Amino acid sequence: MTVALKSQSSLPALIFAALATLYGIVFLTAERERALGALLIGAAVAVVLAARFGVAERVRQSIGANERTFDIAVIVGVLVTALWFHHEHFILLMMATSLLLMVAALGLTVQFGYAGVLNFAGAAFLGIGCYTAAVLTNFTSVPPLLILPLGGLIAAAIGSILILPVLRTRGHYAAVVTIAFGILFKTFIEVNDAVGGPQGMRVGSFTLFGWTFNDPIRIGTFEASFYLVYAVAALVLLVFAFALVRRLERSWIGLSLDAIRLDEIASACYGLDIARWKIFAFTLGNFLIGMAGALYGHVLGFIAPNNFTFGDSLIIVSIILLGGIGNPWGVAVAAAFVVMLPEKFQIIQEYRFALYAVLVILVLLFRPEGLLPRSLRAYVPGWGARESSPEGTR
Amino acid sequence: MTTPLLACADLTCRFGGVVALDRVDFTVGDGEIVGLIGPNGSGKTTLFNVVTGIYRADAGAITFAGMDLSRASPQAIYRAGIARTFQRSRMCLPLSVFDNIMVGNHKRLNHGLVFNLLRREAFAQEFRRNFDEARELVEIFSPPLAARIEEPAAGLPMIDRRRIEICRALVSRPRLLLLDEPSAGMTHEETRELMDDILIVRARMAGLTIVIIEHEMGVIERITSRCAVLNYGRKISEGTFGEVARDPQVQEAYLGAAAPDVLTVGAPSPEATSPEAT
Repeated sequence: MTVALKSQSSLPALIFAALATLYGIVFLTAERERALGALLIGAAVAVVLAARFGVAERVRQSIGANERTFDIAVIVGVLVTALWFHHEHFILLMMATSLLLMVAALGLTVQFGYAGVLNFAGAAFLGIGCYTAAVLTNFTSVPPLLILPLGGLIAAAIGSILILPVLRTRGHYAAVVTIAFGILFKTFIEVNDAVGGPQGMRVGSFTLFGWTFNDPIRIGTFEASFYLVYAVAALVLLVFAFALVRRLERSWIGLSLDAIRLDEIASACYGLDIARWKIFAFTLGNFLIGMAGALYGHVLGFIAPNNFTFGDSLIIVSIILLGGIGNPWGVAVAAAFVVMLPEKFQIIQEYRFALYAVLVILVLLFRPEGLLPRSLRAYVPGWGARESSPEGTR
Repeated sequence: MTTPLLACADLTCRFGGVVALDRVDFTVGDGEIVGLIGPNGSGKTTLFNVVTGIYRADAGAITFAGMDLSRASPQAIYRAGIARTFQRSRMCLPLSVFDNIMVGNHKRLNHGLVFNLLRREAFAQEFRRNFDEARELVEIFSPPLAARIEEPAAGLPMIDRRRIEICRALVSRPRLLLLDEPSAGMTHEETRELMDDILIVRARMAGLTIVIIEHEMGVIERITSRCAVLNYGRKISEGTFGEVARDPQVQEAYLGAAAPDVLTVGAPSPEATSPEAT
């Protein structure tokens, strides 16, 4: 079995990545709601059939055995999609938004999915990142490349005032603490004229070595929307966050975070410092959300307190609930879904919170671990891919 | 007598008006297997919880290998070399068997950020070393279980979960192992098997000291060299199993006043329903 896994061909994984890219392009191109509905139903039927006939399992094994190849294929797929739509401002903006929400949801994965620390103030930390970018581009000449980590650091630092109440409360109570913080943040911005108050604030362009991201791109005869650059920048940030979170999960640190989430008393008896790991996860998660926020601020170009409501925090939470708690791939799929669907189906737009609520309830009822449940930890490639005993009992 | 490995002196622990431990003196010598018995609610598990730092004693002192652990945190006590199992299984069921064992190995694993995130080659080496070690440990208990070490713990039957919990306690090579009712929820046959395994492991880990809480008197009689009896938080008797079983105070604690003389060596366990007689 081990040998079979190692010699597993990368072809199914590559075909899957290619098909997913193609599907993404077709879905984004489709305009009429009937066509979009047919595409969605088609995808659902394809997934069910693939699971029914063992294709999904082969793809899964192939991905597990050829992880790096698959990762690169997905990155190429996203780049191809972005290039395909290089004229389309709106589609590229949507892509950048979903890529950045993925980063934020990965931060929440570290907090909630691994360490079990609830955070219903995701949008507030995203907002801290955005406002950091806004303030720094408006009032200082901090090099923009530094703004991203600074957005993360400031989000983590402001988050640290929540550490004490979060450590001292559990479950619902910890959730209430973070909800209160989120509302407090929005109110604070609204009454604070230095950052624009309720009217909001402009965010300057992201510049890299004298190249202003907000200028349209012209290379020879190739012209593209400036959002293309932001989409690519968001992808770079996502790759960084994804690699970080996945390596974290596949380490002793990931194990410690899981252990304290599942059983604090047993963990304490085996030497795990509960407070230390919770602080670590909460801070790292806020850092990731803050970084995503800083770039999101640049992408939006103009931010206001209304971009960071409690509802927006719930969207980030619903992404990890839908996608699969603790599974970065699940987060990626769910974030794309949650961002694109209401934009493509205008009727949904108004009812999107109702739709998410229904979806989350359905998922929690029928597939409590999310659409793509987390698998066992594979510390090193090729390990732990087995769910059942390979040779049985010798 | 040399200085004991673990010495609890005058240990008192109160919960509101309830005195869970009442000036208990309890010592364990290096290399001993000591039984801790008593009726339900007599304070046995509380004693474990105080020794492992989950509860803090209201009075009294705990010394372990010359260190004063009276005010120590559970983490410090674990690092000092005391590991325990729990009466009710406390496993991380969604995690793999290997993960569950590694939770117990915390003090021997490198938790550095750079090591875990960036030095993946070195990490893979440390991982393989620990993987082989964990597998060998499980193999002592059950080779078929060792073959399932990469599977989720949720799929295991009770006896295997107990085995894994004991492996989790043993993997960091503690000096003192506290077993809280390892036979709970298992058949007599399984209990016997598990005890044999524990004795084999102990023979391999020279000098491992064990304190065991147990209701199966057959187990206590077979593996302990000495036992202490608690009742209402007080230590009422101490000695070899034969001695404590003959102690009228112990018989009274288990069976009420003026009880017939059933708690003798080789007799059925006090839970009259259990057919453990050998």
